[in-house]
Amino acid sequence: MSQQNRLAQGGRIDRNRVLNFSFAGQTYKGYEGDTLASALLANGVDVVGRSFKYSRARGITGHGSEEPNGVVQLGTGDSTVPNVRATQQELYSGLVSNPVAGWPSLQFDLMSYLGKAGAMMPPGFYYKTFMYPQKLWMTYEHFIRKAAGLGKAPTAPDPDTYDKFNQHCDVMVVGGGPAGLSAAYAAAKTGARVIIADEQSEMGGHLLTFEQTINGQSSSLWLAEMVAELNAMSNVKVLPKTTVMGYFDHNFLVAIERRTDHLGERAVSGTRQRSHRIRAKQVILAAGAQERPLVFANNDVPGVMLASSVTTYIKRYAVVPGHNLIVSTANDSGYLAAIEWSKAGRNVVGIADSRPHSDGALVAEAKALGIDVWFGHGVMEVKGGRRVYSASVAAISAEGDRIIGDVKTYDCDTVATSGGWSPVVHLSCHTGSRPVWRDDIIGFVPGKALQAQHCVGSIMGDHQLADCVHGGLETGSKAAAQAGFGDGELLMTKPDIERLAEGKAQALFLVPHKKNVSRAPKQFVDLQNDVTAAGIELATREGFESIEHVKRYTAMGFGTDQGKLGNVNGMAIAARSLGKSIEETGTTIFRPSYTPSTFGALAGRDADTLFDPERYTAIHQWHIDNGAVFEDVGQWKRPWYYPQPGESLSEALNRECLATRNSVGILDASTLGKIDIQGKDAREFLNRVYTNAWSKLAIGKCRYGLMLKEDGMIMDDGVTSCLADDHFIVTTTTGGAAAVLEWLELWHQTEWPELEVYMSSVTDHWSTMTISGPNARKVLAKVCHDIDLDKEAFKFMEWRNGSVAGVTARVFRISFTGELSYEINVSANDGLFVWEALIEAGKEFSITPYGTEAMHVLRAEKGFIIVGQDTDGSVTPYDMDMGWCVGKNKAFSFIGKRSFDRPDTQKADRKQFVGLKTKNSDEVLPEGAQAVWDPKQAIPMTMVGHVTSSYYSAVLGRSIALAVIKEGHKHKGETLYFPLADGRVIEAVICDYVFYDPEGERQNV
Amino acid sequence: MLHLFCPYCQELREENEFHYRGQAHIVRPKDPESLSDKEWGDYLFFRNNSKGIHHEMWYHVSGCRRFFNVTRNTVTYEIYETYKIGETPAVTDKEETE
Repeated sequence: MSQQNRLAQGGRIDRNRVLNFSFAGQTYKGYEGDTLASALLANGVDVVGRSFKYSRARGITGHGSEEPNGVVQLGTGDSTVPNVRATQQELYSGLVSNPVAGWPSLQFDLMSYLGKAGAMMPPGFYYKTFMYPQKLWMTYEHFIRKAAGLGKAPTAPDPDTYDKFNQHCDVMVVGGGPAGLSAAYAAAKTGARVIIADEQSEMGGHLLTFEQTINGQSSSLWLAEMVAELNAMSNVKVLPKTTVMGYFDHNFLVAIERRTDHLGERAVSGTRQRSHRIRAKQVILAAGAQERPLVFANNDVPGVMLASSVTTYIKRYAVVPGHNLIVSTANDSGYLAAIEWSKAGRNVVGIADSRPHSDGALVAEAKALGIDVWFGHGVMEVKGGRRVYSASVAAISAEGDRIIGDVKTYDCDTVATSGGWSPVVHLSCHTGSRPVWRDDIIGFVPGKALQAQHCVGSIMGDHQLADCVHGGLETGSKAAAQAGFGDGELLMTKPDIERLAEGKAQALFLVPHKKNVSRAPKQFVDLQNDVTAAGIELATREGFESIEHVKRYTAMGFGTDQGKLGNVNGMAIAARSLGKSIEETGTTIFRPSYTPSTFGALAGRDADTLFDPERYTAIHQWHIDNGAVFEDVGQWKRPWYYPQPGESLSEALNRECLATRNSVGILDASTLGKIDIQGKDAREFLNRVYTNAWSKLAIGKCRYGLMLKEDGMIMDDGVTSCLADDHFIVTTTTGGAAAVLEWLELWHQTEWPELEVYMSSVTDHWSTMTISGPNARKVLAKVCHDIDLDKEAFKFMEWRNGSVAGVTARVFRISFTGELSYEINVSANDGLFVWEALIEAGKEFSITPYGTEAMHVLRAEKGFIIVGQDTDGSVTPYDMDMGWCVGKNKAFSFIGKRSFDRPDTQKADRKQFVGLKTKNSDEVLPEGAQAVWDPKQAIPMTMVGHVTSSYYSAVLGRSIALAVIKEGHKHKGETLYFPLADGRVIEAVICDYVFYDPEGERQNV
Repeated sequence: MLHLFCPYCQELREENEFHYRGQAHIVRPKDPESLSDKEWGDYLFFRNNSKGIHHEMWYHVSGCRRFFNVTRNTVTYEIYETYKIGETPAVTDKEETE
């Protein structure tokens, strides 16, 4: 039978639009306007999952974000989403869903046999069971994950697009119920910019399932008018289907709008989900309250539902999720389920009300419908496996703590419970505010506001429609005034709303059982994590007294539902077990996200190539055209090497290195950081931030400099050139450029503002190409006619203005390879042109482009360091044998100088920079390999240093390595051992770090 | 995400335009060589770990590239004031602030 639980009339569904969908491989029909949950209930689907620990059958319990059981894997393939609550997923044609729990199948569940084998998983089972042996943890984890039913992430890229909006508003309203709508309306009328968001498919909140009169009219009419008016105002943004998932510092909120999730598995066009990043001047939380179930024996059997959910399914979706209903309640609101059930023409067995008495309007209405009301009673236990078949109703004491009379058993298939209403304090918790217990409303309300935040409506325990609407209007107008709009006076009259007579609610959480808690059938507190009342009591007996510890020990509230249903009951049970009040026991707090958020929505467009910006040099296309393989250096794409067809990395590398050593190579060095420094005090400034002395650096000269942190450790290096007496250009490492500029600005702005100096990054403005090798001068001479390239006229460590290939250029004669080298800098716009001219000019010398890998080898052969590779923030210039860089006689105590005298930098056994030659010249040490003097010593061995750079040098025909070794300078010639993870031990002799041309003659030719 | 008022730009801007630069008002000693190792060590390595009011430096890296100071509550993240380098804070630990 199709949709056997669907009523012929009523509900906010469109019976003309039939939608086919599937769940767990079965196909069903539902209507437009359904949620997946309402459609499943309409079709009489009782079991939607298996529980986490005990693998018990579970059915739909709630109707919104609180749902712990109806969690499904939605969709298929690339666009699948795990962890979707069936109660929040709108039905669409062709929807495919599967249970996330219940392995291997819903019908036959292997785990239930394991669960029934005994108390397999007591509270704290993670800690007690899976501790030892540690190496088995991976096995355990695999088992737990499979059993836990957390859903599956898609394995292929998401085919849909997502985006982000940055929003600014005067008043942000969270929640589109009567309080939120009224607040938004009052605020908007002042002219303030207002955003109102609600997680449901349409605005209205409680008014979607409950009617009352407002100004003598039906509240549904008022609702329709209010929504229409808000939508019509240009200063209001109405966001249905939008969950405010987090409330962060300084009134920053993130809301996720599901734009097409109600239309199909994939977005046909546009954005599937959008995250709104909202900065609000004032925030109004009107998030309402969620009903709390009563805890009793076997309260997890399918058919046990929240009373408000039963009402919602009947009123909103025209679905009656059963035939024979018993209500167990501690307040008036639970009666509504019985009233609607009865009006739908199905049988209400009775209402067990734990209170001795109530005169509320709903109580009177139920009685008038002829429904049996049993005051002083509660449902103590239900029976059933895959569906409830009977309920035991017991007379309980006025305190609600023990059974005082007979227990009667009634046949029924549905038990609706209401233990009261828990305000949705989650968002206020995100700001760091602890919720406060209020005995009068039997719930936690948001604590003291820490930001410009207001709360109104059920979130403050005010459940009467009049309080919500009137309070909403007042709060909206007050918030607008505080944002600078209006004077706080209401611009409209408050509508006339009748107050409903209400009986006082009772604080009942756990319905007593004839047996004590540990002997009674399981009384579930947290359905998603299978936490029972007995488990919480056990935790308190085992000494966990803080509610935060109880939470972690039992895993209460750790599920994807964050304990929306169970936490307050759990805290009350813990409090009773500890002999404390709930106020004393306190509550755990909630963190973002309010409901699970998709990565897509959080990432927006910042995925794939837009994940991180990529920087290209002006010569990039040439590198691509010439087969370069790229590597990432910071955000830059740099050519790594240029393989010729069939060439391996090492073959290409050897070819590039030898070509540079024997003829000429060319490198795109444009990514090097370049900072232009000007001002009359520029020279003095350089004296302070570099180790070197700059006072005598003449115009036209260059000098290699070291920059230290104040602790004396090397921070960056590079060549600085004097362009004019008040004008220098500093180069930095590629990765360090931005940090160095910030560092220089820091010192100038905070310590030496009196120095007249200006700094500007010019990295992107210049293209830099280095030609290096014995034929470099010959190549340059073919394209540069206005600079005297004679070795005496243009010496090593000098620079000249001129033109290269007809383009204005600065040419620096500096070398990072140890060969005769020229660094040619031209405007980036001309970079590719000049590069191609150099390639053309170099043809007769077989000019060879080389990448970063060859650059590394060439400089390592010369013992030139790379900051960040050979240094790691813990080495001084002296450790690196670079005392020659330090201007000891400078007047100003430059940054880091004082630290040379610290005991730590003075100690004898510091690691020092050395070269290594392996005994077997073909063996290349892995970078990072640790050195020991004696490889036969017991593990853990005494490590004396490590390899920082290691390569095969083609020109030397052997492997070379650089390392930092304790007291390395005085151990030259001695043998070190490098035990590797694979069992090999490599032997190497400490040598000088300059392997090639130690006299430095090649660069001075 | 914090909302910071840059005292140079005179505008509230989002946190991701800024870099945090640690505790404010640490003055480099005029004559480092005259300091004992302990004094130099204090300057180099020791910083407040305040619960409550904290004066700290921020850098408007994606804006005016100026450093400025912020008085922030490290518990609530409330920002009491922002002020230029060289200025003194109006809110200090000794005062009663909520």
